[in-house]
Amino acid sequence: MAEAAVLSTGSAAPPSRRRRNWVPYALLLPGILWLLIFFVLPMVTLASQSLQEGNVDDGYVFTANFSIYLDALKQYWPQFVRSFVYAGIATGLALLLGYPLAYFIAQKAGRHKNLVLVLVIAPFFTSFLIRTLAWRTILSDDWFITTWAQNLHITDFLQAVGLTDNDSLLNSQFAVIMGLTYNFLPFMILPLYTSLERLDPRLIEAAGDLYASPWQTFRKVTWPLSLPGVVAGTLLTFIPAAGDFINARLLGNTQTTMIGSVIDSQFLRVLDYPLAAALSFILLVLIVAMVSVYVRRAGTEELL
Amino acid sequence: MSWIKRHLITFAAIAVLIYMLVPNVIVAAFSFNDPKGKYNYNFNEFSTAAWTNPCGAQGICESLGLSLQIGVIASLAATALGTMIAFALGRYRFRGRSATNLLIFMPMATPEVVMGSSLLTLFLMLGVPSGRTAILIAHIMFCVSFVVVAVKARVATLDPKLEEAAADLGANPTQTFMRVTLPLAAPGIAAGALLAFSLSFDDYIITNFNASPSSITFPMYVWGASARGVPVQVYVIGTVMFLLALIVVMTGQLISSRRNRQVA
Amino acid sequence: MSEQSKGDLSLVALTKSFATFTAVHPLDLTIPQGSFFALLGPSGCGKTTTLRMIAGLEEPTGGRIRIGDSDITETKAYQRNVNTVFQSYALFPHMSVLDNVMFGLRRRGDKDAKAKANEVLELVQLGQVANKKPTQLSGGMQQRVALARALVNRPDVLLLDEPLGALDLKLRRQMQIELKRIQQEVGLTFIHVTHDQEEAMTMADSIAVMNAGRMEQLGDPATLYEQPRSTFVANFLGQSNLLRARVNPGGTDEMVTVRAHDVDLEVSREHLPDGVGDVWLGVRPEKLRLGESGGPNHLRGIVRDVSFSGVATQYSVEMPWGQELIVIQQNDGSNRATLGEAVTVSWAAQHGFALDASQDAEAGAELVDDHG
Repeated sequence: MAEAAVLSTGSAAPPSRRRRNWVPYALLLPGILWLLIFFVLPMVTLASQSLQEGNVDDGYVFTANFSIYLDALKQYWPQFVRSFVYAGIATGLALLLGYPLAYFIAQKAGRHKNLVLVLVIAPFFTSFLIRTLAWRTILSDDWFITTWAQNLHITDFLQAVGLTDNDSLLNSQFAVIMGLTYNFLPFMILPLYTSLERLDPRLIEAAGDLYASPWQTFRKVTWPLSLPGVVAGTLLTFIPAAGDFINARLLGNTQTTMIGSVIDSQFLRVLDYPLAAALSFILLVLIVAMVSVYVRRAGTEELL
Repeated sequence: MSWIKRHLITFAAIAVLIYMLVPNVIVAAFSFNDPKGKYNYNFNEFSTAAWTNPCGAQGICESLGLSLQIGVIASLAATALGTMIAFALGRYRFRGRSATNLLIFMPMATPEVVMGSSLLTLFLMLGVPSGRTAILIAHIMFCVSFVVVAVKARVATLDPKLEEAAADLGANPTQTFMRVTLPLAAPGIAAGALLAFSLSFDDYIITNFNASPSSITFPMYVWGASARGVPVQVYVIGTVMFLLALIVVMTGQLISSRRNRQVA
Repeated sequence: MSEQSKGDLSLVALTKSFATFTAVHPLDLTIPQGSFFALLGPSGCGKTTTLRMIAGLEEPTGGRIRIGDSDITETKAYQRNVNTVFQSYALFPHMSVLDNVMFGLRRRGDKDAKAKANEVLELVQLGQVANKKPTQLSGGMQQRVALARALVNRPDVLLLDEPLGALDLKLRRQMQIELKRIQQEVGLTFIHVTHDQEEAMTMADSIAVMNAGRMEQLGDPATLYEQPRSTFVANFLGQSNLLRARVNPGGTDEMVTVRAHDVDLEVSREHLPDGVGDVWLGVRPEKLRLGESGGPNHLRGIVRDVSFSGVATQYSVEMPWGQELIVIQQNDGSNRATLGEAVTVSWAAQHGFALDASQDAEAGAELVDDHG
């Protein structure tokens, strides 16, 4: 509010007629306050918790115990690496799968556009846990997909590259990555759709008119113009995928544990709050670092 | 061959759509299963038992009720807060704009496990008990940003001249907002509210950090059941929610398209 | 509010400054009640800002706005009995045409809103589309809805912000006539903002020409055209040939001679500003004649360009000192000159006008666009 008053004196208009300057701040206040108290402040308490020592029964004291970060990294770096690798692969796959569908909805679906869009969003309403459980059925050894994959030697290939351990599909890295791709695909498709919908189809025609092959048209026109959607979509897929542990627990095995799972169990089962908080904080810092580098490289600072 | 080549994108899109919908088909099919053991993973025998008795599994309807309740309250609150922020960002120039944008973006760029656990540390320090209130606070917090994005997209397309026209025709600021601005922004607000509801209804990770044994939401119920065998009723509820979402959105589409046709 | 005393609209030292520039320098202007008034100027000249200040959509930095005896400077837009037809029409897309037109009446709780709205829709010949949505109408129809929506409130002043800018040429001509008819029928004060000089001259009783935030000249269309008082007005309203000249001493009460490039030329005394020595002598292209029949002023040159447009032929005639004069000859059956021909250009003394030579001869010329 004080800021508004400072602003108004800077203009040439009489101060009394500039009183509406407080309006945006009044509109922002409740929501921003909510985010400051329940999003920003918890980050502070999280960091503070990680530097405390003690236990649940006797309470904690702040000891600035920074060594916990080293211990946490030393002990759990494989889970961190695994999380980012899985999330990275899943994001790439989601982009590969999501782009054609988003393009189809935006440019080719015509009067079926809304129907297809609804079909993309509607699965959200069936709990994602149930849908992930459904994949246990689809990928189970008794189902035809595994049999086909075995007959076509796909299972052999997956085993050779280390994504599965035997000739079944379930309870493997393959199943976890597939599940992550599946679960976060809508978060890829929606931003892609938004930016592809704005794409003027005449630009594609113009590129064709100027001797660009379909592939060149895509490379030189469609892709660059959809970049904001690509950046937003990859972020909205990668970030939740990196912190997810549902897929790893339901579709994976003991060798596919992701960092989210560690944080969850350290907090809620082991009750080692400082270690859990340290792990959580490391994850946050790594994600923020990656996102800011990525956003800067992609050149789209204004994402909203 | 050239026909296939020309429709390559369509085929790819349909294939991806099938990939996205197969689990829902499985869920629907298995809601008619009478499983042999405690796990509902293999189709044994056709049965409508779960459909005729959807609350048959212990605690399932209580958890569904709690999830619906939290979903409605959280999405209403998040829609109110988010819509106000979206209007401020879309309609006014003010100092602190980019900081606000960053603050709105951050919750979307933070893994759920971090948001859930950090909120837990806050509640631990303040002595806020786990449970329904804690869950509500968390849900409103992570839904606000998504509402802002949805509403802001709509507000950005509104012509400010329309509000000037309303004022020019004698509408005071309140009338202008109620009769012009709000009706025009309504589709964006509705989309934001729907998105917020679906995010809240479906959330497990953050909820899990702030729930108490007496506040078991539906996703938590499913998670708990997944270890000891998921009752068929879960599949029934999943199917009903999916169909309900389809019907709600399709009716909305139908109404708006008929309204347009009526006047034609 | 409808009882508000009507009367002339007067702007007193009305000013609008922004942080880095002044959009409208102190402006004094009185617009008589019931007149069709045009604010004419290139984009960025301050005419739209002036209009928005009258509407109450922009707060003046200084000065007053009065209608009759009442000062409305401090009143909000929604409290003023002033309505606007917006450039983009700004029709409410979620309301029917009828609801759009009733919007203003409803805000004042008018019981006869529907009857009045239907009446006005008949006036603009849109009675049959009252229940449609604005987006289902053509541009010309939308324009008339916007007009009806403003008219129905019987405002003290009706403001039109480039109302015909989005229409094609034919429709624009048609609407110009219709707007004029409606204004005469309802007898309200219309203020019309436009950058199109032809449109302004066709429709308005009087025109204020604005440039760079100041009023250049105020008058009826014929006076502005025949006796521009600045090179900007001379160039912005139609074309002008401007010759650099020096006023010769002496002359009669009616006539003065000026010397341009070693030729003596006559000009009416009333068309010469007082107390100037160096002048631009201006003549409109259609006042020039090929041959010596035009009058006592003669210049010789060579035809460098001929373009025939049916109703007239436009020549470019190069003078010995390099300047090219534009001559427009009506297609009245007289002989046409050919490219490269040496010709005499002539005109009468009363067709010339002299302007202070301290001005830029090109002012306003580059701002004229060709869709007018």
